[in-house]
Amino acid sequence: MAGSRVIVVGAGPAGVRAAEILAEAGLAPIVINEGSRDGGQIYRRQPDNFSRPPSKLYGTEAAKATALHAAFDGLRRRVDYRPDTLAWNVTPGVLHTVHHGQTQDIPFDALIVCSGATDRLMPVKGWNLSGTYSLGAAQIALKAQAVSIGRRVAFLGTGPLLYLVASQYQAAGAEVAGVFDTSPFALRVKALPKLLARPAVLAKGLALVAKLKRAGIPVETGVTPVEIAGTPDAGVSGLVLRDRAGRVREIACDAVALGYHLRPETQLADLARCDFAFDAESRQWLPTIDADGRSSVPGVYLAGDGARILGADGAEAAGALAALAALRDLGHDVADGRIDALRRDCARMDRFRRGLVEAFPWPAANAAALPDETVVCRCEAITAGELRRVARAMGATEANRAKAFSRVGMGRCQGRYCGQAGAEIIAAAIDTPVESVGRLRGQAPVKPFSLSATPLADQKGTEQGTPA
Amino acid sequence: MHRDPDGSDRVGPDAGPPRHPRFVRLDETGRTPVRFTIDGRAATALEGDTLLVALLSNGAALRRSEFGDGVRAGFCLMGACQDCWVWTSDGGRLRACSTSVADGLSIATEQPEASWPVLA
Amino acid sequence: MNPIKTPTAQADVIVVGGGIMGAASAFFLRQRGRSVILLERGLVGQQASGVNFGNVRRQGRFLPQLPLANRSRAIWGRLNELLGEDAEFLPTGHIRICYRDEQVGVLEQYAKDARTYGLDLEMIGRNALRERFPFIGPEALAGSYSPTDGHANPRLAAPAFGRAAARNGAQVFENTEIAVVEKTGEDFLVSATDGRQFRAPALLIAAGAWGTHLSSQFGEPVPQSVHGPQMGVTEPLPYRIQPVLGVSTTVTEEVVYLRQIPRGNVIFGGGNRGPAYPDLRRSYVLPTNTMNQLPQLKRLVPALANVNIIRVWSGIEAYLPDDRPVMGPSSRVPGLYYAFGFCGHGFQLGPGVGDVMAELIDAGATSTPLDPFSIARFLQG
Ligand SMILES: Cc1cc2nc3c(=O)[nH]c(=O)nc-3n(C[C@H](O)[C@H](O)[C@H](O)COP(=O)(O)OP(=O)(O)OC[C@H]3O[C@@H](n4cnc5c(N)ncnc54)[C@H](O)[C@@H]3O)c2cc1C
Ligand SMILES: Cc1cc2nc3c(=O)[nH]c(=O)nc-3n(C[C@H](O)[C@H](O)[C@H](O)COP(=O)(O)OP(=O)(O)OC[C@H]3O[C@@H](n4cnc5c(N)ncnc54)[C@H](O)[C@@H]3O)c2cc1C
Ligand code: FES
Repeated sequence: MAGSRVIVVGAGPAGVRAAEILAEAGLAPIVINEGSRDGGQIYRRQPDNFSRPPSKLYGTEAAKATALHAAFDGLRRRVDYRPDTLAWNVTPGVLHTVHHGQTQDIPFDALIVCSGATDRLMPVKGWNLSGTYSLGAAQIALKAQAVSIGRRVAFLGTGPLLYLVASQYQAAGAEVAGVFDTSPFALRVKALPKLLARPAVLAKGLALVAKLKRAGIPVETGVTPVEIAGTPDAGVSGLVLRDRAGRVREIACDAVALGYHLRPETQLADLARCDFAFDAESRQWLPTIDADGRSSVPGVYLAGDGARILGADGAEAAGALAALAALRDLGHDVADGRIDALRRDCARMDRFRRGLVEAFPWPAANAAALPDETVVCRCEAITAGELRRVARAMGATEANRAKAFSRVGMGRCQGRYCGQAGAEIIAAAIDTPVESVGRLRGQAPVKPFSLSATPLADQKGTEQGTPA
Repeated sequence: MHRDPDGSDRVGPDAGPPRHPRFVRLDETGRTPVRFTIDGRAATALEGDTLLVALLSNGAALRRSEFGDGVRAGFCLMGACQDCWVWTSDGGRLRACSTSVADGLSIATEQPEASWPVLA
Repeated sequence: MNPIKTPTAQADVIVVGGGIMGAASAFFLRQRGRSVILLERGLVGQQASGVNFGNVRRQGRFLPQLPLANRSRAIWGRLNELLGEDAEFLPTGHIRICYRDEQVGVLEQYAKDARTYGLDLEMIGRNALRERFPFIGPEALAGSYSPTDGHANPRLAAPAFGRAAARNGAQVFENTEIAVVEKTGEDFLVSATDGRQFRAPALLIAAGAWGTHLSSQFGEPVPQSVHGPQMGVTEPLPYRIQPVLGVSTTVTEEVVYLRQIPRGNVIFGGGNRGPAYPDLRRSYVLPTNTMNQLPQLKRLVPALANVNIIRVWSGIEAYLPDDRPVMGPSSRVPGLYYAFGFCGHGFQLGPGVGDVMAELIDAGATSTPLDPFSIARFLQG
């Protein structure tokens, strides 16, 4: 057990806290991270030669960011940190990585996947025009690069991140054309009991909206996206939407930040052959986990946004909890009290998560209303009309079947951005519940894999658990 | 919107000079300049820029969609969507949002013929 | 013990298995006016037929199989008009190249022999090869070019046969897993796991890698092994590689084949096969197999050097010890027919197999020689 080989994928809040627990127990885990810096999405680090202070980068979360970075810096001698390394596949007991074109097969006794999330997207006509970015992209541009994605940016979608990123843009001096939320305000009131599970977070959220309004930025709820206007060569020139009062208006802008909350990155869990179940509240398929993050596959643990979108604090707790579960399963003594406290934290965060889902619902009905010419799969430029055709005329009532016939989900992104909306379009086209459409199966590689890749010389020499 | 008179932001070797930048720098502008080329034209970025930011600070697009629906300028900026792959002039592939710009890089927004054979 | 159930459906012929073999057989049986029931455990064309490489290749096949392959190739050429759907068949030509002198001789001999079966192959020397097909790597010593072969979209072909059969009156039952096949009196009684029953005087087992489970019920098991060929696809690239390319060699690791589709992606496969689990309906790509394909792909087409692979997959295929399928009438039970175990090269044959099996079942004989494929070759004693 002391020599147990444990791998953590991801160096965001979940991965860092997992690695910390493992190192504390005397294991020297390997930490695989696709990015070069630790911190993950929320506490993403800027390049070394940038000079903005943490308060400017992380706002109210600056103290947590600094604490997490410090924790990882302190771990560096006790973990085998492998940045710029993609986990591209997993087979039973072996993680397959690629680092600067060199592949390696790393055997493990326990694998803790903390792979984070990406934006959840609902297509809108014109979202394939240049100048449309995911909401997360808009934030990364600012946080990691100190740029705005355009001269005048409209924020469209739903979820707390919509308001957060818009206010970060406003504070940084970017021109914000407005915040356009598809969720009606009334739902926020209805979700209040659940949201009160984390009163401080709720208060921060309310303060954000107030701040945006004070700055004179239009904030509208209950809107229906109609189109991102523009031309194929010049890109975005405006955002057309139907407002709450039913008027169709065009908002001038050269960039749109689009996002409907988040979806977990589950490719590795899928390739590890973990079970998934449909989560009716968020209308997405999630890997099955127990209270501590154990997946259905022995030795594979899932934590953080990659399993459930609990937010950064929740990711830290879930990462720690999964590491404790792994330790326990590997035969280490772990105090019950520690696990119980973390479980309580996670349960509270999960209640809040469900509140957010209720307050900022995924606008499934919009999928049904998309005009046929709307591109659904940005990679392959396949339209909603084509997807409906294969569902109706070719009997493709299941997501993978529809992919086989239409190519929706066959592109470079492997269905990350079109998969969930695609399922909604199929479900609406043939009038069936979205869960019966299923989900796109994950296929290796997790990200594109270059033909120039070569196996690392002397694969066998991989020394497990040697501190860097 | 501020648009060039002809409203176009062509990419590819035959494209004209770079048009307006898509991205706007808000801070951190005091960094060391980095010189590179886009389709053979000289361009300047700042040390620490990702290649995507470097390209979109010099123009409005990265490449053309293979399927005829216009130019593309990246989408996720976090290595997930794969929209931002460009070429080096010797046929290498770079994912612009997760590559740092470097002095002397020579970027092609269309696959260089040299690296992909022309069938007689 | 068993409650008597009224058969839910009855027809002249029952086909078990909705891969390209079963779907095409059902279609051609309808063309001949026979009533047909097509039974498929999952969805039509979801197994090997839907995930294969898409090679519509004749050259390199076991010579006595060429009459069947030729018949099939003729159907591929008019598939769109037959089915009213496009399966993206492109007669782009097919080239087999080799890296070794002794293999040049093998290709030449094959070209000579194939001519007597009506397949014209053109041997192309090293320099001409590079001139005509500049994307082929410098190690290629010679190539055998089959101008009328090509490739098609496996995701579309079998389902298109299935839908066309249904439009022409076949009763197609998907999500219908057959547990028991038996002969009761003059008829075959075919029972699904959910209790539904089907009856017909003729039965065709076209159940791919699962065929032996059903043939065993008639005392005719076959000694098959099951594997998963390893596939992959690149990102889209400008459309330059029209013919399908393959390597002819005796070294398994050197075998790769690839084709580019007009949308730009390059699809490839070859090398060592991966594990396949028919009971779980799962097959996997081993990362080491993908890694071994990379240098061979670049050897065949050096311009692929920096291209990205965006997806890999496999499928479940049955292989017989002599690398030939099981095809033709049962050697024990009148009215029973087999078409399964196509050893990694059944996609090209599919339309022809459908046509031949329909002819055999309908007319009692076929003009295409099937003797080498008889199940009798595995009967003990
Ligand atoms: C774009 C974006 C912006 C966000 N902004 C905020 C915000 O401002 N405020 C907020 O409260 N929440 C935000 N969130 C939610 C936030 O992600 C979580 O609160 C928190 O970061 C989750 O932590 P995590 O450790 O689970 O995942 P992450 O922080 O996302 O970390 C995942 C890590 O795993 C690595 N990884 C993933 N897959 C692989 C692989 N196959 N191989 C190797 N490495 C891999 C990634 O590179 C990354 O470093 C944001 C989410 C996204 C997607
Ligand atoms: C990865 C891969 C690549 C290949 N590449 C090529 C190629 O390039 N060119 C080529 O010519 N060939 C190729 N092949 C081979 C070719 O795909 C197969 O030989 C061919 O598709 C076999 O067709 P089939 O109908 O016999 O089998 P399948 O397509 O497997 O169909 C059999 C069907 O029977 C059904 N079934 C089984 N048992 C039952 C039951 N009890 N009840 C109901 N239904 C049942 C199954 O669900 C299945 O749909 C490849 C094969 C694979 C796996
Ligand atoms: S912009 Fe999405 S991968 Fe680079």
